[in-house]
Amino acid sequence: MTTADILHETISALTANKVRTSLTMLGIIIGISSVIAMVSIGQGAQSSIQSSIQSIGSNLIIVSPGATRNFGYGASSGRGAAKTLTMKDVEAIAAEVGNIQALSPEVNGRYQITAKGTNTNTSVIGSKSAYAGVHNVTIDEGSFIGDQDVSVRSKVAVIGPTVRDDLFGVGAEAIGQSIRINGMEFKVVGLTKSKGSGGFGNQDDTIYIPLSTAQLFLVGDSTYVTSLSISATDASVMTQVQADITDLLLARHKISNAANADFNVLNQADIVSAASSVTGTFTILLAAVAGISLLVGGIGIMNMMLTTVTERTKEIGLRKAIGATRRDINIQFLTEAVALTLIGGAIGVILGWGASYAVTSFGILETQVSTTSVLLAFGVSALIGIVFGYYPARRASRLNPIEALRYE
Amino acid sequence: MIEIRKITKTYLSGDNATHALRGVSFTIKDGEFVAIMGPSGSGKSTLMHILGALDTPTSGTYKLDGHDVSKLTDDELAKIRRDQIGFVFQAFNLLPRATVLRNVMLPLVYAGMPAHERDGHARRALESAGMTEDRFQHKSNQLSGGQIQRVAIARALVNNPSLILADEPTGNLDTQTGNIVLGTFQRLNKDLGRTIILITHERDIAEHADRIIHIRDGEIVEDSGSHTKRIIPK
Repeated sequence: MTTADILHETISALTANKVRTSLTMLGIIIGISSVIAMVSIGQGAQSSIQSSIQSIGSNLIIVSPGATRNFGYGASSGRGAAKTLTMKDVEAIAAEVGNIQALSPEVNGRYQITAKGTNTNTSVIGSKSAYAGVHNVTIDEGSFIGDQDVSVRSKVAVIGPTVRDDLFGVGAEAIGQSIRINGMEFKVVGLTKSKGSGGFGNQDDTIYIPLSTAQLFLVGDSTYVTSLSISATDASVMTQVQADITDLLLARHKISNAANADFNVLNQADIVSAASSVTGTFTILLAAVAGISLLVGGIGIMNMMLTTVTERTKEIGLRKAIGATRRDINIQFLTEAVALTLIGGAIGVILGWGASYAVTSFGILETQVSTTSVLLAFGVSALIGIVFGYYPARRASRLNPIEALRYE
Repeated sequence: MIEIRKITKTYLSGDNATHALRGVSFTIKDGEFVAIMGPSGSGKSTLMHILGALDTPTSGTYKLDGHDVSKLTDDELAKIRRDQIGFVFQAFNLLPRATVLRNVMLPLVYAGMPAHERDGHARRALESAGMTEDRFQHKSNQLSGGQIQRVAIARALVNNPSLILADEPTGNLDTQTGNIVLGTFQRLNKDLGRTIILITHERDIAEHADRIIHIRDGEIVEDSGSHTKRIIPK
């Protein structure tokens, strides 16, 4: 039999019972489309988390104070709450650790903000001018906190677009306006460009004020910082810088065992890889659930093919009587099974693509359908056809023609 | 040329052996029209299966055009059926999904004939079997019983086989339609010189043939021969 003949027979057999053919295909369609959609959503989540981590800065190392610990069984007030990271530590790191491009000590807290009859509650970060470079903050209007503002403790504020929308209305002019933070009046001198909300809080819903001002008026203590962000000169030196900072702080805090450190040094690459491994596991989970539905679809194919072989016993007998060999019969039924799964797979790819496109266009997540997953879906559906078509086809090809012709 | 010598066929089921054929021998020359007649259970179906290369005998030899086909494997038998034998069955004659023309082409498909040559062969076979061209694109549910059987005859003819084997071809037809079908066989035999073996349990059907081999209980009880009728004593 030529390929054209096999296709002719396959089309004629599959179109003979369209309802059954399409219901059987539905199993594969659902399986393949959910694999495609789930994998694309998983990969979309992964890249969205990665890009939001990248957006908080590049080659970033974050030093934060540890938890306050009382000796004995006292309650821990949580990491970052201790006043263990001092301005002196910051100066020492700046002076003694190499390969640092920029260094941004910060204090932060949430405060009630008011302005001409409106109010909001948001995060206020006391920072120096280096903050903008370390954290990739870009200015839309006005300017960021300058060194001069820090040295004279001026009451100026740079606000994010969300804060502007909340206090002054969407798109309103904010520069030159006054806001009150914790009751103290600040003048708005800058507006940051929108970054979108990411995995690490909404950077658009933030107010930046000079570090010294925040320490004096909001915290009431000019000696410590709540975090220190450091941008290393290059990605390759990050581990070294991280180790140098750890060693320096351990020595300064007179702690011999690193396990008892009263501070944390986090490397951005660590955060990225931790987040990637979480989303990777998530993607595998989604794909596994979708894979099970694919397996169920495959069993559906086998069920239909076995029914078909029984139903067409006489036809098989006749074909054998007029000269079909085992191989001819085998190929015919195997092709039917593979055609079912391939057509189902193609429709599934289109549906899965559509589903992930819908997820993207509804703004839920930026998904991406990779060529690999499409090719894999086709490969898997062909394989399912062969695996689940093999047994029915073999059964058909081994029918005894005399008994097959007598079958009622 | 068909030569069978001392063919036996024994079916074993548990401890019981059923002797369907107990040593049957005959020779059929090219161009003969033979009826094999016997009641049900006589062994005529078993004999037809062996003659049609659907089955092999327990013992004895079967030579078709000089080749021994009594000890072949399944796929070798399939090739014999494909190239040398044309079947006409009592029931289930056509693939219901396919057109008349496609049904007749099917043996050519399995024989590996190129697609462009098949059409002409199939049309000639249909014409020889008495089908008119306006029915070529019909499906079997649009045809009468007699027409279905003539399409089946065309399909049996299309491969130019050494032997056409018809198993109760009129069993599902009324007498008048049956006679038309039998007339078709006679015409194929007389005009085109086809070798035809007709298997039936009815004497008046068998009498359309030139020679009647009468079997009962797995043995030949009467073989009219090509012309001389002779009774084999029990």
